Amino acid sequence: MKRYQAQILLLAALVISFVISRFSDQFDSYYLDIALTAGISIVLAVSLNLVNGHTGQFSLGHAGLMAVGAYGSAVVSLELRPGLAGIFGTGEFGQGMAFITALLTGGLLAAVFGWMIGVPSLRLRGDYLAIVTLGFNEIIRVILQNTKPGSVFGGALGLSGIPSQATIFWVFGAAAVCVYVVTSMVNSTWGRGFLAVRDDEVAASASGISTTRYKVTAFVVGAFFAGIGGGLYAHQKGAINPEGFNFLKSFDVVVIVILGGMGSTVGVIAAAIILTVLNEYLRDYEQYRMIIFSLLLIIMMLLRPQGLLPASLFEKKGRAA
Amino acid sequence: MLARLLSRAVLPLGITLAFLTAGCSKKENTNEIVIGEVASLTGGTAAWGKAQNDGVKMAVEEINAAGGLLGKKVKLLTEDDQSKNGEAGTVTKKLVSREKVVGMLGEISSSKSLEMAPICQKEGVPMISPGSTNTKVTEVGDFIFRVCFIDPFQGTVMAKFALSKGWKNMAVLTDVKEDYSVGLSQFFKEYYSKNDGKVAVEQSFSKGDKDFKSQLTAIKAANVDAIFLPGYYTEIGLIAKQARELGITVPMCGGDGWDDASLMQVAGSAVDGCFFSNHFSTEDKSQAIQAFVKKYEAARGTKPSTFVALGYDAAMLLFHGIKTAGTTDGKAVRDVLAKTKDFPGITGSITLDEKRNATKAAVILTIDKGEVKYVETVQP
Amino acid sequence: MVYGVLRFINFAHGDVFMLGAFSGVYLNKWLGPALAGLPWGVSLLIILVLSMAICAALGIVIEFLAYRPLRSRPRLNVLITAIGVSLLIEYSGQLIFGATQQPFPQLIPAENLTFTGGLAVTKTQVIVLVTVVALLIGLRFVVMKSRLGLAMRALSLNPTASALMGVNNSVVISFTFGLGSALAAAGGILYASLYPSVEPFMGILPGLKAFIAAVLGGIGNIPGAALGALIIGITETLVGGYSQAVGLPSGYKEGVAFVILILMLLFKPSGLLGKIEREKV
Repeated sequence: MKRYQAQILLLAALVISFVISRFSDQFDSYYLDIALTAGISIVLAVSLNLVNGHTGQFSLGHAGLMAVGAYGSAVVSLELRPGLAGIFGTGEFGQGMAFITALLTGGLLAAVFGWMIGVPSLRLRGDYLAIVTLGFNEIIRVILQNTKPGSVFGGALGLSGIPSQATIFWVFGAAAVCVYVVTSMVNSTWGRGFLAVRDDEVAASASGISTTRYKVTAFVVGAFFAGIGGGLYAHQKGAINPEGFNFLKSFDVVVIVILGGMGSTVGVIAAAIILTVLNEYLRDYEQYRMIIFSLLLIIMMLLRPQGLLPASLFEKKGRAA
Repeated sequence: MLARLLSRAVLPLGITLAFLTAGCSKKENTNEIVIGEVASLTGGTAAWGKAQNDGVKMAVEEINAAGGLLGKKVKLLTEDDQSKNGEAGTVTKKLVSREKVVGMLGEISSSKSLEMAPICQKEGVPMISPGSTNTKVTEVGDFIFRVCFIDPFQGTVMAKFALSKGWKNMAVLTDVKEDYSVGLSQFFKEYYSKNDGKVAVEQSFSKGDKDFKSQLTAIKAANVDAIFLPGYYTEIGLIAKQARELGITVPMCGGDGWDDASLMQVAGSAVDGCFFSNHFSTEDKSQAIQAFVKKYEAARGTKPSTFVALGYDAAMLLFHGIKTAGTTDGKAVRDVLAKTKDFPGITGSITLDEKRNATKAAVILTIDKGEVKYVETVQP
Repeated sequence: MVYGVLRFINFAHGDVFMLGAFSGVYLNKWLGPALAGLPWGVSLLIILVLSMAICAALGIVIEFLAYRPLRSRPRLNVLITAIGVSLLIEYSGQLIFGATQQPFPQLIPAENLTFTGGLAVTKTQVIVLVTVVALLIGLRFVVMKSRLGLAMRALSLNPTASALMGVNNSVVISFTFGLGSALAAAGGILYASLYPSVEPFMGILPGLKAFIAAVLGGIGNIPGAALGALIIGITETLVGGYSQAVGLPSGYKEGVAFVILILMLLFKPSGLLGKIEREKV
């Protein structure tokens, strides 16, 4: 029993979210939207946490990878819809399959981009890496922005009319899979390498760990889920636009990871939910919202760099996942 | 261990569930008609959002002073989208599903209206955009309307005007980051080159740029009669200034994106003698417009900008729809709005075509010693 | 320069730049009547020096409150704090100054100096260029000749050793921060004189580009940073101008600085004029 508890939990999460999504028509669509936003934030933050928290690298390019996933999946949904309907049928199952195809395309594209970015830039350390990933983020945005209006990428106006298929099931299902993959990766014997890279890169490489391989793996897996998150985002909002994926969006995800505690999956999930809800409550005080968040960020770094929630609350000692 | 792990997974799900079911039912207040508005009150395009909001508020005050609608007071709920993509959709859902608004007003930027439109369409709430000029917006569905003219029309208007001025050789400088600018340029070029005008040189820039000397040098070398410059006032001021510094003296012309008082503050005398198309002119002699301008000036101390007038018109058109339909039912209001013909707006007489776009006249304005002056009206 | 001494990216540098420009706007508003009688050169100098002083003080305060407590912590924490400071300044700026752009006052009279051959130069451009060169020479002088400059260089080479040699590291770091912020403020005012519209987010891109320029030229190397900035500026303009000749929109120039940075870091991380350093274990 204990051996398979992670798998059981994953299955339980999938079933629960599937059941809830059956009743989603009963819910107020505004609250539903917030729940979906929270779920997508979880996917984004947990995947970024694999790179920034567990492996100790610092990427500011998550929004760029998200953009790749969002555009990749949106183009599949918009352009290849008739073809996919021909393969899978037009029923609920067929639409679900078409959506999975779109999401996976977005995720895989993002993973490929993540690999292309990761291989050269992960040789760099710390703040150089941060600025280079930020640079890639901006390059992706600039390229999307300068595509021809009316082309498949829509130029500066972006894409609209994307079917709103992101339901509770898909979003929280993806979040569950993402959490499952990240925790099992980090908790495996093999995954100890990530923590080794974070804690002391030089020592890790001296002990025969291929630090580059670990870093690139973390980056590619992180990118894949960033792409999935982007795909879900596109199918939640129905319209996407290059400007929505600028580096400020990356900062949003970084804030979640930091407030949740870098390297603490549970903390990051909690932070993703809390910040999304808080965002809605602070809507009337919009002008102060970012000031509050940035102050929180600074104070956190000064007083509690390990994250808002005490890690011991959730994790056993020596099992810092 | 398993129990502990389960509790971890259940916690977030539980929170979500509790959150979802909370406040599901909201009582409808039967003494009020609730209208929703989405505007960017903070962030990069806050100037327009605030103008739109001013206009809408003015319309609501007027209708309530005149006894309200269908015997009820009109209540306006405005949500800020922070000038951010992704936010407009969320707040629209909030207004439509939680507050049960019977009509939506907004946004000025087309990309944000495109986020709002599918939600309004799905929920059957009529939406009127005051200032989204991209053709795609109303293509979303039959609940989506607008009170402004669209990009193809505005581009064509300027091309006609340029030809009437006898400019045969022009430069086009486009903001490739703004779909609005790209659209205007495209339709300008189409009409202009079909009617023996020649686009001698085409250059582009991106919103946020500060230095335009390389583009302007190329334009100077082409020795043109005038420059078509469809962009937003944020860059136009700098472009005009740098053009004059480089010794380019020919007139420049553009679209409604020029309309903001800060253009004259930044550019100073550099934009004197330039032209732009707009939705209305505060100088228009008609009684309705003068009354509107005076009222606004008395309240805020400045002349109303275009988006104040468009916000006002959008709200008034929605009220007209509800009043004529005699109900707040979305479908009935939609059917009335779709038949709008010669609705007397501040920004001209509005007739909606089968694509729910407004066909109405545009005005050409010029800038003279820092003052905007009316030149002529171009009929569709 | 701050990076050279402290070894971290000050994300807030661009925002100090923005504050410099805004303090120019407000100083001109408040002092305008008092300065009206003076020749423009004197009033420009007064506003420039005052803004530099304000921003220097601010830089020192930021360093004291946000960065100093973190000095012994991992660099990543400092980087995150810097992002926090940057966001804080931007959004407070938006709250105080408003989100919309404001015109920057004309501190230098508009006048065209036209040379033969179609080269058009304005008086503003000339003044800006002269001021920049003067500031650079002044900076080089401070770093190379003064005692504090010597201490700065020592700190940059090896903080522990310099402390042992009797250098008060904290004072030197504060001073470096103040000096860097003052220069950023001067940059902000000069930039706003050339492109007279200011808004709270105007600092982000120049801030990043300043960092890229510093990397390009070699961290901690003043002539190198100036050279790096020059190369980026020229490349951007050329890409903006010539990409259209081959049918590409000029929008790509926004990405140019980042492409340069990435190539540089991959092939010659020490910069054009920098020395190769190895990370010690």
